[in-house]
Amino acid sequence: MMNVITQIFSGLNDGLLKMTWLSNIIKSLVENVFGLSIKEQLGGSVHFFIYDIIKIFILLSVLIFAISYIQSYFPPERTKKILGNIKGIKGNILGALLGTITPFCSCSSIPIFIGFNSAGLPLGITFSFLISSPLVDLASLLILMSFFGAKIALAYVGVGLVLAVIGGTIIDKLGLEEYVEGYVKEIENVDAEIIEMTKNERISYSKEQVKETFHKVWLYVIIGVGIGAAIHNWIPQSIIEKVVGNNNPFAVLMATAVGIPMYADIFGTLPIAEALFGKGVGIGTVLSFMMAVTALSLPSLIMLSKVVKPKLLSIFVAIVATGIIIIGYLFNAFSFLLV
Amino acid sequence: MIIKVLGTGCSNCKKLEENTKKAIEALGIEATIEKVTDFKQIMAYGVMKTPALVVDEKVKVMGRVPSPAEIMKYL
Repeated sequence: MMNVITQIFSGLNDGLLKMTWLSNIIKSLVENVFGLSIKEQLGGSVHFFIYDIIKIFILLSVLIFAISYIQSYFPPERTKKILGNIKGIKGNILGALLGTITPFCSCSSIPIFIGFNSAGLPLGITFSFLISSPLVDLASLLILMSFFGAKIALAYVGVGLVLAVIGGTIIDKLGLEEYVEGYVKEIENVDAEIIEMTKNERISYSKEQVKETFHKVWLYVIIGVGIGAAIHNWIPQSIIEKVVGNNNPFAVLMATAVGIPMYADIFGTLPIAEALFGKGVGIGTVLSFMMAVTALSLPSLIMLSKVVKPKLLSIFVAIVATGIIIIGYLFNAFSFLLV
Repeated sequence: MIIKVLGTGCSNCKKLEENTKKAIEALGIEATIEKVTDFKQIMAYGVMKTPALVVDEKVKVMGRVPSPAEIMKYL
């Protein structure tokens, strides 16, 4: 019985998430149509490039559609009502969890911040939400499963949520309410009537989200896969190991420092992370890089700077960056459990 | 009929405005479109995800861009 279940799961994993069938099709394309050997540099890069791009675009379309459909049930206005006047760590946990299923874009950071604040939510709960929202979501979970396997994907989501809860709790304990911009505190709370969408409206919304995400990220995906292919087939292993390999104790720090100012989607960073991981870079280093890119982006920080004063903003960035670095070192240390 | 498009100027807000114009033309009705970009005013409607569509002071759509056909239902 167990055997059957394992086989079914493994089949689904290979077919839907890893897409081994696609890899094989592209392999025949490269070898028979282009006449290149997979085992050599050029053939290998071409295979990587085509296969990864198609795989990411397929995953992007399917995942974004499915997840937007689910997220259409959780508009931020509803999250605000659910979180209501909950205080304490329960609020941080709920805030972090809701952050994963509430649709988020950096343009909504300001309204969400103001909205939660005016509804009386403690500052830390708002931040737990703002940390987990870009960092952890269903799409990241599934796409990580596809590239790195279920154990790593679930561990990533787990620590992402823990980071959001702890980060928010620290901000609560530090009592930084005075560093919220004055005008924000003067805005009165208004509860919008939550409009339920019909099934067709949800479908049209989900389709729109797929198109929109495509427009936003297609270039990053191509660039990301290009860099990934270069790492995969052209940059010598020794250079990579020296710079970000496990023998370099500063690898996680560097990965985080490089990731923070970068603004790219997880769909664009994944091929780079995958290629680095394939070249022996530690899983913690790779995850830190991805977390730094997604959790802290220049556009949302610029938005946040309009609603919080510099001191609170820097504390927020410092807490998240430190958390990411700690997670990176922990994952590297315990990688034998996950890989 | 007074229609307000709430949004701080991102491309979705512009798309919503365009789709609303198309809907008005298709129905051939009299309506004015007002763009609300100040987020204090946007928050006054309780909206947290833009763009949003307000018709005669009632919020009809929040956080997405409906097609002209959908918008026609609300007008």
